[in-house]
Amino acid sequence: MVSRSPSSTRRIVAAVAVTATGMLVLAGCTTANPGSGSTSGASKTVTIYGPDTGTEATELNASWAAWEKTNGITIKYTGDGNFTTNIATKIQGNDLPDIGMFPQPGLLDAAIQSGKVQKVASDTEANVKKNFSKDWQGYVTSKGAMYGTPLDASVKGYIWYMPADFKKWGIDVPKSYADLVSDIGKIQSTTSAAPFCAGFNSGTASGWPGADFLAEVVLSSAGPTTYDSWVAGKTKFTDPAIDKAFTLLGQILQNPKYVNAGFGDVASINSTAFADVAAKVADGSCAMTNQATFLEANFSTTKTAAGATPKVGSDGDVWAFPLPSVTSGSNAVVGGGDFAAAFNNNAATQKVMAYLSSADWANSLITVKDGSFISANKGVTASKETDPLLQTAIKTLQSSDTTFRFGADDAMPTVVENAFWKGIVDWTNGMPQAQAEAEIQAAWANAK
Amino acid sequence: MTATDIDRPAATSHRAARQRERAIRKGEPGAFSESKRRLSSPGATIAAIIIAAIWTVPTLGLFVTSFRQPADINTTGWWTVFTNPNLTVSNYVNTLNFTDTLTVGQSFVNSLVIVIPATLFPIAIALLAAYAFAWVNFRGKNVLFIAVFSLQVVPIQVALVPLLSLFSNGVTIGNWAVFPGLNLNSVDGSFARIWIAHTIFALPLAIFLLHNFIAALPVDIMEAARIDGASHGQTFFRIVLPLARPAIASFAILQFLWVWNDLLVATIFTSGSNFPITKLLTDLAGTYGQTWYLLSAGTFLAILVPLVVFFALQRYFVRGLLAGATKG
Repeated sequence: MVSRSPSSTRRIVAAVAVTATGMLVLAGCTTANPGSGSTSGASKTVTIYGPDTGTEATELNASWAAWEKTNGITIKYTGDGNFTTNIATKIQGNDLPDIGMFPQPGLLDAAIQSGKVQKVASDTEANVKKNFSKDWQGYVTSKGAMYGTPLDASVKGYIWYMPADFKKWGIDVPKSYADLVSDIGKIQSTTSAAPFCAGFNSGTASGWPGADFLAEVVLSSAGPTTYDSWVAGKTKFTDPAIDKAFTLLGQILQNPKYVNAGFGDVASINSTAFADVAAKVADGSCAMTNQATFLEANFSTTKTAAGATPKVGSDGDVWAFPLPSVTSGSNAVVGGGDFAAAFNNNAATQKVMAYLSSADWANSLITVKDGSFISANKGVTASKETDPLLQTAIKTLQSSDTTFRFGADDAMPTVVENAFWKGIVDWTNGMPQAQAEAEIQAAWANAK
Repeated sequence: MTATDIDRPAATSHRAARQRERAIRKGEPGAFSESKRRLSSPGATIAAIIIAAIWTVPTLGLFVTSFRQPADINTTGWWTVFTNPNLTVSNYVNTLNFTDTLTVGQSFVNSLVIVIPATLFPIAIALLAAYAFAWVNFRGKNVLFIAVFSLQVVPIQVALVPLLSLFSNGVTIGNWAVFPGLNLNSVDGSFARIWIAHTIFALPLAIFLLHNFIAALPVDIMEAARIDGASHGQTFFRIVLPLARPAIASFAILQFLWVWNDLLVATIFTSGSNFPITKLLTDLAGTYGQTWYLLSAGTFLAILVPLVVFFALQRYFVRGLLAGATKG
């Protein structure tokens, strides 16, 4: 380059100076992080990357806040609503947090297969063996080695209803699935309006509420052995046992007289957002809906027919009973949960893993004020949970005669899960049952 | 042309009107002012205003919704607010108080920290490249330009994993580390990765747009500069840079809005306390979407900066769009 005039040199210098100053200022802004409560520079930081955001993330942060202070470890939780897709990118790109919080056993298994997940240390393994049932231990174990710990849990398969309306119609909480269907028929003949509502719309995951409902019916009609073999891909979707569950589910969800209360016809199930059903249950236009415990949070923004915010409780405006079993006497619940797995063996990471697998953390989690989390940890004192519904859910999880199974869609490989959701949506749109089953089954060919 | 130029034909004599008609039939320049006159007629203006109003209705609805009670949003439409006003600022208060990993204020600052360098870097690099492609002769120029230009068809999604792997693992050939990796995994306060990622993704389009503009500058000016003894550096800084200002401004707006609204690149290349406001918006509703009513308020807080930028640079934007069309 030949000689520059003084003014252009000045300009370059100015540009560089501005950029450099800018960067310094920015660096200054970002290192000062008023949100974290770390006291000294010596404290270690452990990063956790998980799917829970918003209120749930705040609750998680609150659950370990006291432990962080006493142990001098800062836990930095990052929530990401698209965790399930982004974790795959991060594993492939080798950009890993210290601990990942996996919402699905299938996803955890895929991470284990990648070879990046570390086996747990002996103290964590002892905690998991002591605190969790065999069902739960199985989800974090691969080829005899333990790779993580269960964290929180959720129980699916509750039927939400209004106790006052049931009393008015002279209906008791049904004891069997057949009773449930006949009760829906009774309500329909009394009110001559559809009594049941459902919503399957959930963006790219549309269809999951229906998949969960089907899984609940499969587990209670065919039993845990068939359920496991179904989840593993050995029992096909076209199998008579699964076909029967579709038929049972169709008795409610495919009957134009029974659905979709407050929204429209059968096909409107697909266009209804899964959380929107809460508003229709609250104002009385929908007598019953099936959803997990977490629907409770959605009732805070709804109104009863009288215009008040509904109270959730057995003596309140809205309450829920577990989906009655198809075969009497079986006590099987479908649920969900998160699992922590570590991507390195640092001392601080192992310490956090041991804490997360302990009864201490589980008790701290369920006692977070206004919290929505529960845990399957046997060390949890159920009476500490102030929310009546969550307390019954914890008791269900802890009961020794409860068979717990993960939501089938979440436990299947991702390609099958997506096909499952899509198949449920197609079936609701009017695709013949056999064709929908065959379409979902075809996805197993793409699962490795 | 000014406004008076446009108005004048309407007020001219009968003869002038006939002349203009003849000109239109012959396809002479008068045709241009004729279509311009038609487009600025009262009817067209009214139509434009109506279309603009219809276009704005959804945004207005969102704005009104952001001031309504959650239970009201759930039960009635936003238009009922005109007959039954029951407004609240609680959505805004709750949004501003929201914190899971970050508060709205922190992520707002993060967004600015990401977006300003991610706009300046590609413009700085692309201007130099565009000048070289337009006015410097070197071997293989056209092939290289086509190669850069064709990179536009690569979707950013396919580049995410390789780029992430490059940042964390680096590149080694045998024992020789070509690029050692940045070692920035989960490091707080480091924005280097997202700046680099956005710069890389912006360059093909930036070079193409700026090249087209710079190549269209009159060759006489360049030759005059050369005759006066200006080097390429002097030509670039004293002639091309001031003349290319409209193009720079219009690309800056595009890039600013793209980076500000980006979520995908941000979730992959930032972590923890570096997340921008778009990431916070997706978190606002909570895991099960139970606080969905905060979204309308959050959205309006998030579009404040793009609105300010757009209105501040709007005249450059229009000038940049017209720049290629009305030269000479």
